Formats: sequence, C-alpha cells, structure tokens
Amino acid sequence: MSDSQAAVQPHEGLHNPGLLHHFVTEEQQRDASNLGMWIFLGTEVMFFGGLFCAYLIYRIKYFNDFAAASTSIDAALGGTNTAVLICSSLTVVLAIWAAQTARRKLMLGMLILTMLFGLAFLGIKGMEYKDKFDEHHVPGASFSFEHKEIPSRPGQYANPQHAQIFFALYFIMTGLHALHMVVGLGIFTWLLVMAWKGYFTPHYHTPLEIGGLYWHFVDIIWIYLFPLLYLIDRHR
Amino acid sequence: MSDHANSKSSPLKTYFAVWIALLFGTWLTYRVAQIDLARWHANAPIALIIATTKALLVALFFMHLKGASEKLLKLVVISTIFFLFILMALSMADYATRLWS
Repeated sequence: MSDSQAAVQPHEGLHNPGLLHHFVTEEQQRDASNLGMWIFLGTEVMFFGGLFCAYLIYRIKYFNDFAAASTSIDAALGGTNTAVLICSSLTVVLAIWAAQTARRKLMLGMLILTMLFGLAFLGIKGMEYKDKFDEHHVPGASFSFEHKEIPSRPGQYANPQHAQIFFALYFIMTGLHALHMVVGLGIFTWLLVMAWKGYFTPHYHTPLEIGGLYWHFVDIIWIYLFPLLYLIDRHR
Repeated sequence: MSDHANSKSSPLKTYFAVWIALLFGTWLTYRVAQIDLARWHANAPIALIIATTKALLVALFFMHLKGASEKLLKLVVISTIFFLFILMALSMADYATRLWS
C-alpha cells in the first residue's frame, strides 16, 4: 500500500506546481503560510507595543504638554488618512474575493486601487510632515514650541521640552508606520506582477491572503495611532 | 476550507458592512474627541474602545479570524495579546509605584 502511494505522490507533485513537496495537502500548505504570517504579526505587535508603552508612560506624566502638542497637528488630515486606509483594506479583501471567484480584471483593478490608496496615504502624510517642518515642530536643534497654550488651561503654556517628547514619539510612530506602508506597497507591486502573469487562481492565491494580512495589520496600527496622536484633548 | 464554502454565499455583503462600520467608527472617534468629557475622564477610554472595536472588525472579518479552524492560530493571536498585556502592565506597575523626580 505504501509502495503504491510512494509511486503516486511524486507524480501528483509534478502535476501540481502549487503544492510544495513537504506538504500533504494544499489546505495544510495554506494553513502553514497563514500561521507563519500571524506569528510574524505577533512580533510586529510587540515591536510597536514598546512604542505604545513609551507613549503611554509619557502621556500620563506630561498630559497637558501632550495635549498642547497634539492639538497643533491637523486632525482632519489624520482622519482623512484613516478613511483612506480603511478603503484600502476593503479593496484588499475585494481583490482576494476576485481571485477566489476568478475575476481577473477585478482582482488587478483592486490591487491597483489598493496601491493608489497607499500612495494617497503617504502623500497626505507628507503634507502633514511638511507642516511640522515649517512650524519647527521636528525634534532637534531647530525645535521650537514657545508660548503654546494648554487646551484645558487658558493662560498656561506648555513646556517645550515635554512637547518635544510628544513630537519625537509622533515622528517615530507615524514614521515607522509609514515605513510599513512603503514595504506594503513593495509587496503589492510584487502581488500585482504575479496576478498579471496569472499565478493566482481560485485554487491557489495564498500570497494574496498573506500580503492582505500584512496590509490589514498596518491598518490596525493606524486605527490606534489616529486617536492617540491626533485627538488628545481636542474639545474646546 | 469548510468555512470558506459556507461564507462563499455572500462575503461581499459582510465586507461592505464592515467597511461602512469602520468609516462610521472613524467619524465617531473624531466627533467624540471634540465633546468635553474630561469631568469623567472618559475621552481616552471611549477613543480606545472605538479603536479596539474597529481593530476587532478588521481582524475578525477582513483577516478572517472569525471561522478560522486552526487552533494553533488562535493560540498565536491570544498569546500575542497576552504578551502585549504583560509588556504594558508590568511597565506601568513599575512607573506607578516609583517616585519620579
């Protein structure tokens, strides 16, 4: 019995280039890829987690200075960017659905749309950074945050040194997130080429799902960054 | 695979519903932040509750955690949240019980 299986298996492997020889079934191969990606995302959570923890400690300690610094950022741009990312997450699941249902044009269109949303996000981010550079709110030698009122305490000014900590965290966290977006755009360029060449079928589209997991994860990070960095003490 | 067959009937409806909910959540966060709830210290908790709801929607429906059959995958996700909790809780326990200058 084992003899006949051994004789059959290599042939099946030859006829199905999508199935690597060390997996028994395609389902097992898919689950393994998925699991690997989720473990990677777990390490990413810890990676960002350290920054969120630093943010939490300083926000509790210097709440009023953080509030003054946060209100100097354009929340409308941040909100728009949140919406842009959410739309890009929708186009990702639609691209995967199109691959599952063998809609080639829809899949390619959705992948391109995802990348356009990603580029729009980075463009808006760039506008935001430009504002901060113009206002000398970038930590460093030319940093200046003099005579900025604390939102909830009229007449009281924020401590520029403490505000600088907020802007350092703002640039590191949004910068690291933007770097992930750039990497995501690279991954999606590759997925687009693969999709264009016809690698993805309703049967096999694991790279799309894995790339999608990464994109959604970056979206989730932004979902937390938006209220934490842009919306401290916004009420008047 | 079996859950795939089941959800194949109309995943699009779910996707668009989640999309609308996420956009609504974004609008809600933005609006709630402009209401003064400082008396109850409620601004930050509400913002985080909305953000977590949105993150759950993305993870469950877009990342297909809902209906995932792989037990190892659930273990990875739960331990990720657990270790993040340890990172936050132990750090905050230190800072909360230490005298800062």
